[in-house]
Amino acid sequence: MSTRTLAVVSAGLGVPSSTRLLADRLTTATVDALRERGVTATVEVVELRQHARDLADNLTTGFANEALRRAVETVVGADGLIAVTPVFSASYSGLFKTFFDVLEKDALTGKPVLMGATAGTARHSLVLEHALRPLFAYLRATVAPTGVFAASEDWAGGDAGTPALTGRIHRAAGELAGLVAGRPPAAPADPFADPTTSFEDLLRGPGA
Amino acid sequence: MQFGIFTVSDITTDPTTGRTPTEAERVKAVLAIAQKAEEVGLDVFALGEHHNPPFFSSSPTTTLAWIAARTEKLQLSTSTTLITTNDPVKIAEDYAMLQHLAEGRVDLMMGRGNTGPVYPWFGQDIRNGIELAVENYALLRRLWTEDVVDWQGRFRTPLQGFTSTPRPLDGVPPFVWHGSIRSPQIAEQAAYYGDGFFHNHIFWPKEHTQRMVEFYRRRYEHYGHGAADQAIVGLGGQVFMRKNSQDAVSEFRPYFDNAPVYGHGPSLEDFSRETPLTVGSPQQVIERTLGFRDYVGDYQRQLFLIDHAGLPLKTVLEQLDILGEEVVPVLRREFAALKPAHVPDAPTHASRVAAAGGTKDATVYTGGDDVTGRTAEAATR
Repeated sequence: MSTRTLAVVSAGLGVPSSTRLLADRLTTATVDALRERGVTATVEVVELRQHARDLADNLTTGFANEALRRAVETVVGADGLIAVTPVFSASYSGLFKTFFDVLEKDALTGKPVLMGATAGTARHSLVLEHALRPLFAYLRATVAPTGVFAASEDWAGGDAGTPALTGRIHRAAGELAGLVAGRPPAAPADPFADPTTSFEDLLRGPGA
Repeated sequence: MQFGIFTVSDITTDPTTGRTPTEAERVKAVLAIAQKAEEVGLDVFALGEHHNPPFFSSSPTTTLAWIAARTEKLQLSTSTTLITTNDPVKIAEDYAMLQHLAEGRVDLMMGRGNTGPVYPWFGQDIRNGIELAVENYALLRRLWTEDVVDWQGRFRTPLQGFTSTPRPLDGVPPFVWHGSIRSPQIAEQAAYYGDGFFHNHIFWPKEHTQRMVEFYRRRYEHYGHGAADQAIVGLGGQVFMRKNSQDAVSEFRPYFDNAPVYGHGPSLEDFSRETPLTVGSPQQVIERTLGFRDYVGDYQRQLFLIDHAGLPLKTVLEQLDILGEEVVPVLRREFAALKPAHVPDAPTHASRVAAAGGTKDATVYTGGDDVTGRTAEAATR
């Protein structure tokens, strides 16, 4: 059985938070879907609330402090990412965006991502398509076709959710599992490895 | 090992008084700081280059020439010279001139500059930063080492039969350091030429410094300039000292909290833990600084930033007294005792002249190359 790592980023602020609840359901479903494909997944959760000050510091200093660095390394080094945000003022929350703002621009290139969002009303459901998907497209992540949006009414049937929500979760988890299982484990590039192009090439310039 | 200070020439409001110095006051303060650096026995004074407020130092060679005339031993350097937006021809001319005026007490540190709007003011684009640094520096070296240069590149109008004057003093160009916080290409550039590598070592955690220096040393050896531990490494550092550690912390805190680069962010305590910033007693500064060697190896130059964020001149001069009397003598002794014999000192004009086989008159009297005999006239025919 092969193994893969899943990173889960949750930008929920409350305890308990429906954002984290959705993240957990997506995670469980993805782990199950990977197991069906013969893959054992290990999961690491990054609660952005715990890094709110670290993220603000990163904006002013330009570097991630030790705690945030560990969170960033978890996400960048994972084979797949589940990213869930609450909807604030018709978009992802500032906390959620700030985390992706401080990543290196190539950090998520090719990374399989499952998007999730929560809100008080289903009228925000297209936030996945007009806010999150363009963000991850810019970062050149490989985003699962199905994103999962959960409004208050989706939770009305209790934590198990309504059948419709459960169906969306399983479809999305299956897509992410397919993406993660279908590629070799992540091996981030080391910028301090010996250069593959010589300094002479750099001197000659592009197109030379 | 060389010890010194570097300044960015910022004009910043003193947060404890609300008063902002005038340009005239700040320029005079920096001149006083440089002279004081020599007086207290430091080796190096390095001056930044900026082309936007709140900085005054747009013309470093003018300032450094004044300091050269008022000092005897102080090594003059830059922190940094903008290799991206300056014309390399002008760098070649200005710093060769300074080298003559300072009788060789000059070296330079190349940097790209990270202020986006500056680039277009000089006809450039920050996205070409690395390419500009590579091309411009390659041309600068030729201008210093070849009497007559024909050249064509991407970023500057071509040169035909060009002789940069004055020629470098004694035929030996100033030693060059390359500064970069996080671009391996710049460490690679320093290694390729066998130049020095300087890490700012102020704003970011030590892991960044360590990775860059390790890479530079490995590549220095790869290019055949010597063993990795013989590469020429310089570090920055930021300190504030008082006899009692707590006095240092409470006096420096308002300057830290409002500092232009990192202010209004992490606490002084967090930043001191995450970066090499040391605020405390002279003994704490000595211990922290000696610890730098643990992650970069034996190195050649240590520069401290002590005059930014609105600190008044009087305070800065007191910091220099503490550095000169209590800190640097101990560091000098301790670092020297630890350094193996095969690790070189930072190159100076004298050591570079000796390595080149002695002084030579490099004057180009009639526009001709002393190797090929080619003249400027012939090159343009």
